[in-house]
Amino acid sequence: MDLSDDAQEILERLWIHSQEAQKDGLPLAEDGAALDEAAVRELADNNLVRAQDGRLELTPDGLPEAQSAVRRHRLAERLMADVLDTSDPMMDESACRFEHLLHRELEQRVCTLLGHPRVCPHGRPIPPGDCCRRAAKGGPQLVAPLSALKPGRGGTIAYLNTQEPRELQKLMSMGILPGMPIDLIQDFPSYVFRLHHSQFAVDKDLAGRIYVRLAD
Amino acid sequence: MTLDIKERALTGLRRLRVRRRSQSSCHGSGPTAASGLPTLVIVGNPNVGKSALFNRLTGARVVVSNYPGTTVEVTRGHLRADGVELEAVDTPGMYSFLPITEEERVARRILLSESSYLVLHVVDAKNLERMLPFTLQLIEAGLPVVLAVNMLDEAEAAGLEIDLARLEQELGVPVVGTISTSGRGIDTLRHRIATTTASVVPPRTYDDKVEAAVSEMEGMLKGEYRLSRRAVALLLLQDDAEIEQMVEDAEGDGWGSINEFLLRLRTGRARSLGYTISMQRQRWATSLVRRTVLASGRRGRNWGELISRVTMNPITGVPILLLVLYFGLYQFVGVFGAGVLVKFLEDTVFGQWVNPVAIQVVEAIIPWPILQTLFVGEYGIITLGIRYAIALILPIVGTFFLTFSILEDTGYFPRLAMLIDRVFKAIGLNGRAVIPMVLGFGCDTMATMVTRVLESRRERVIATLLLALAIPCSAQLGVILAILSPHPRALALWGVIVLAVFLLIGLLAARVMPGQRPSFYMEVPPMRMPRLGNILSKTYARMEWYLFEVMPVFIGASVIIWIGQITGIFQALIRLFEPIVELIGLPPQVAAVFLFGFFRRDYGAAGLYDVHAAGGLSGEQLLVAAVTLTLFVPCIAQFSMMLKERGVRTTLAIVAFIFPFAFGIGFVVNALLTAAGWQL
Repeated sequence: MDLSDDAQEILERLWIHSQEAQKDGLPLAEDGAALDEAAVRELADNNLVRAQDGRLELTPDGLPEAQSAVRRHRLAERLMADVLDTSDPMMDESACRFEHLLHRELEQRVCTLLGHPRVCPHGRPIPPGDCCRRAAKGGPQLVAPLSALKPGRGGTIAYLNTQEPRELQKLMSMGILPGMPIDLIQDFPSYVFRLHHSQFAVDKDLAGRIYVRLAD
Repeated sequence: MTLDIKERALTGLRRLRVRRRSQSSCHGSGPTAASGLPTLVIVGNPNVGKSALFNRLTGARVVVSNYPGTTVEVTRGHLRADGVELEAVDTPGMYSFLPITEEERVARRILLSESSYLVLHVVDAKNLERMLPFTLQLIEAGLPVVLAVNMLDEAEAAGLEIDLARLEQELGVPVVGTISTSGRGIDTLRHRIATTTASVVPPRTYDDKVEAAVSEMEGMLKGEYRLSRRAVALLLLQDDAEIEQMVEDAEGDGWGSINEFLLRLRTGRARSLGYTISMQRQRWATSLVRRTVLASGRRGRNWGELISRVTMNPITGVPILLLVLYFGLYQFVGVFGAGVLVKFLEDTVFGQWVNPVAIQVVEAIIPWPILQTLFVGEYGIITLGIRYAIALILPIVGTFFLTFSILEDTGYFPRLAMLIDRVFKAIGLNGRAVIPMVLGFGCDTMATMVTRVLESRRERVIATLLLALAIPCSAQLGVILAILSPHPRALALWGVIVLAVFLLIGLLAARVMPGQRPSFYMEVPPMRMPRLGNILSKTYARMEWYLFEVMPVFIGASVIIWIGQITGIFQALIRLFEPIVELIGLPPQVAAVFLFGFFRRDYGAAGLYDVHAAGGLSGEQLLVAAVTLTLFVPCIAQFSMMLKERGVRTTLAIVAFIFPFAFGIGFVVNALLTAAGWQL
């Protein structure tokens, strides 16, 4: 379905409002700012939203469409932050434009490239797609958390998936930063890996934060 | 002397402060040189050979001694370079300018507060790429820096060739290649230290956005700082709470707008600016290493690596752990230390030489029998206090510390930590707690102090509780092994019960205590052949700590027991204890054992030994007594250390739990044994 950018933005807001904040209906106008009328009409014409008592809510058809829009937005953010290393506030702007370019096929490839991330750089969940479910069943992967690697495999660190500043600082202090080569030596009872000429042991939680771009 | 600084940092040695013998008193808590000499601060990651380099530079004119208190645990020594006299300061290992652990905070505080100094940054030549970002931070801070690229031999063995001249040219600070274990490069280093005085302009590292934020921040800083404004600005941008406090204090009214600026930078960011800064710094280091290090790609698998793998693989690692326990702990400490050595010292040295002479001398010079008993009576300072200390504790603790130091020097403990992390997670700790826990088998008092290396308060409290409850110290362990070894089934049961209590209480404590789940991360240093010099100096340092910290408490306890005896207070207390002791199926004379056990753990254990030697106890009773005594309230030295480290409330809560619990378990064990009708 080809929706305008504004319509997609509204879908995303509806998703966050209803699914993540667990609130009823988005007010059509709030604090003097009204939702774009043309975009609302476009959504209503496609039977994705309905208005009731001055509030907008998702229809059963609109729900998967909204989820997909949110997913694309957050994947775009991930791509900006982790791979292209774009620092915000530039990121938000680029992500907004980028998400609209991510149609379904490209979306899955980007998701695979990123190792099927579960949260966006701001720590909000990325709704899983088909590719994520396939990967969970053992499909081919380009990027994977260290905790999912087999001993003897390695690559370069793609990104660190953590919102905890302390955790990030711990990892960074050990020299665990994107671009560094890493090899897993052992995965039980703790994860032991080599980074250059040093070895480190971490638990499963920390190993799950380190995403590795796999070597061939 | 020391190689595995990682472990060293994690043990009691960190609290041991080196000072010159000529300076009799302590220097006070601040890091400012007492001598008035300019200081050379040695910093670097853990495990890069800092302390070995320190010893090379300062010579062997240092002795290790304890420094009480919680503030600074640093090593100091004198250094003469080209006629210039300096005071060298060895700091705890730190990974970067942003501290995570208490030890790193101590190290940074020295950098933030010490005046008139030069910084010697020691790095591992094999891992330049990982360590250069810290060098950059030091240069940025406006400090005069000398870089020692240490362990060149290991880098060469790994097939790395480092262009030191190029590195020096690019960094702008003196760079010296060293091998601290052999002494290579030390003279050059000395010379460069003597001739370096100025700081340099840091190389350009960050992108325009970071630079813009830094210069805007720099412009807002008006206060006086030891570090350059640029360094302070960079640290502020990296969300460092301690630095924020420092700046708030220094800026006064100006802080408001600085804080506003920081908040504005932070809002809406996906990635913290700290992350961006670290990334760019790392990128700079990586590109610098590409230009200066040539890797021949030769990386043979050596013996150390092979042994390392074997100790970390659970299939081989667990049997190795059992072998270590059997030979290191049971055979060496238990059989040799607690058996052969104790017997020799007790029977021959004290029994035949010291005690008879002491009794004669005391009776000759002190006419009053009551004062005589203070020195040579049943509980006399010499006949019991010093005899137990020298003949019983010293050989057991000494052999234990020797084993511990050997294991420490090889680098075995980080491997043990990774093996055991999952088990420790279940009891609210993480693999790092292995050091205090293992040390507890030597001396629980020392181990309680070392719990300080644990990250959260929750972990420290749980570790303190478990040490007090279920980890028998080597003095107890030695005696318990000795009296239970004729009853192998009782010995096995004792082990099972104490281990079960350890795990059960750990599990419960982890449930009950609020707080975050700890995370485990640890550098695993290469396995190295232990060095005799290291082992001896570490063992010596711990023995010295033990003799000067724990022993005086024990001697004092002897006096208390003596007073308790002559005033009759103890007899009354023992009578109070007797019914409880009888309740768990033990003869009344064991009551004295428990009471004395508190004043000195070894008294308790040795008292039990005496009762046993008199033929008073059956195998079942020995088991009940051994279990109860192991779990029972810690000795007075450990108790006072708990008060100091954990505070009154926590300590009293722990003791209030342990006291009834230990006897409760004793009661249950006795009841079960009686009901089952087992003969042990």
